[in-house]
Amino acid sequence: MAMTTLDFRPAPGAAPLGRMVLAQAGAEVRAMLRNGEQLLLTMIIPVLLLVGFSKAPLLDVAGERVDFVAPGVLALAIMSTAFTGQAIATGFERRYGVLKRLGATPLSRTGLMLAKTAAVLAVEVLQVVVLVAVALGLGWSPRGNPLWAAALILLGTAAFSGLGLLMAGTLRAEATLAGANLVYLVMLGLGGVVLPLSTYPQGIQPVLEFLPLGAFTDGMRSVLAEGGGLPWLAVCVLAGWAAVSLTLAARTFRWE
Amino acid sequence: MISPAVEITGLVKRYGRTTAVDGLTLRCARGEVTAILGPNGAGKTSTIEICEGFLRFDAGSVRVLGLLPGDPSLRARVGVMPQSGGVPQAIRAGEWLRLVSRFHAHPLPAAALLDRLGLTEHARTPFRRLSGGQQQRLSLAAAVIGRPELVFLDEPTAGLDPQARHACWEVVGELRAAGVSVVLTTHYMDEAEKLADHVVIIDRGRVVSEGSPAALTGAERQLRFRARPGLDLDELLAALPAGSAAKESPAGHYIIEGLVDPSLLATVTAWCATEGVTTEDLSIERRTLEDVFLELTGRELR
Repeated sequence: MAMTTLDFRPAPGAAPLGRMVLAQAGAEVRAMLRNGEQLLLTMIIPVLLLVGFSKAPLLDVAGERVDFVAPGVLALAIMSTAFTGQAIATGFERRYGVLKRLGATPLSRTGLMLAKTAAVLAVEVLQVVVLVAVALGLGWSPRGNPLWAAALILLGTAAFSGLGLLMAGTLRAEATLAGANLVYLVMLGLGGVVLPLSTYPQGIQPVLEFLPLGAFTDGMRSVLAEGGGLPWLAVCVLAGWAAVSLTLAARTFRWE
Repeated sequence: MISPAVEITGLVKRYGRTTAVDGLTLRCARGEVTAILGPNGAGKTSTIEICEGFLRFDAGSVRVLGLLPGDPSLRARVGVMPQSGGVPQAIRAGEWLRLVSRFHAHPLPAAALLDRLGLTEHARTPFRRLSGGQQQRLSLAAAVIGRPELVFLDEPTAGLDPQARHACWEVVGELRAAGVSVVLTTHYMDEAEKLADHVVIIDRGRVVSEGSPAALTGAERQLRFRARPGLDLDELLAALPAGSAAKESPAGHYIIEGLVDPSLLATVTAWCATEGVTTEDLSIERRTLEDVFLELTGRELR
């Protein structure tokens, strides 16, 4: 082994918070973009759904199919990153002692949560750019105020992050992996992603509307497909889920 | 007065009904290497993890650099190498080290540290594909990259090949030379003997002995030889000065303790000659730390 002279004399000190958060967020973004299974859920499935259901005459909706499909797929993509991906990644970080190890570095828990949030938002920006580009290529003509859609995305991110961290912080990593994927699949079917909630049986429709993805897809559609104002019902449902799940996650999260 | 690197008094840690640490008291001086030795389950890792702020404890007092464990200001001042894991499975070795370096104000250059620990060619290898020894070395690098005042190394050389062990020892030696306080746990007596200024032997959650390696092994010498098994040691002892001790362990290996001087040597060889015993590998040695350790903690497997 080469003899490199290293100056081990103590010179301890924490880096500025911003630099630590940026470094950790960068590492998390790279981890998300390198993970094949995660990319399948966050990019490939949403793009395939968007193209498939916009092209194939499977849906009976008024107007252009892409106008109906794009808002739902955007909501699904946000869920896949904020909930599914984050839950699985955090669950395994906990299992492998990474959260514990990071606790012995100058990066505080607040710093770590800021970094995770920043990383999720950065990946979401990428997803939105890709999906919007594909949708526009398919002839999508979005309506409504994009700010309202952005507000819904932020609220959805908060609600799904809370649910993901609640799961990752309490269950075993394997249970989180299985559970988070199962929720993704069930929500893909029942969340109004490609099928309007009105096509589901009358009995379960009100339940679906109060589930986070149901409220999210409904809200996104009322803005982007119907050109409506801020959809208050969706905002309230998502804010409620965010408040409850983030509070519970903060109270129950076990770091190791 | 400057506070010790670590000061533990009457520490108790229980897991359910099991008491892992049972009234442990120890002090690690600044700028020294302290080795905590003990059999499996002696409470070494529990003690270290309490100092690192990872574990709560049930009773006693613990100060690390004069502060309570887990004090936020310790995060930058203390480097930690866990026994295993602690690194994301998919991150590349070089990335992990650079990431940890960005948490610190005056880090060592990551590339030089990788080079030093023989990891340069694995810089782009994901953590889970590194060998156990490479993972250990990366963990050691991450523990020291922030130029801490104090490092905790939990079994730093477990599972390392001889070259990597020596590289790790060199780093510990340099840390000491640079004035860094080091607290490490180990199963290896030679490691403790070689590296440590202060050795603490713990068993069943308590300190059973401590001191410098020289003080622990004592000035006492031993006469060792091999011969056919089953010699009559009582007869031999009768010929030796009072206060001598003789034992056969394992069969055919004899150890004589006491005032080992030329006349004792002459007595033993003369006795062997009259008994018609051929001796092999006759030597006079100092007790090793391993002898002390086995004496204190027993030979039975746990």
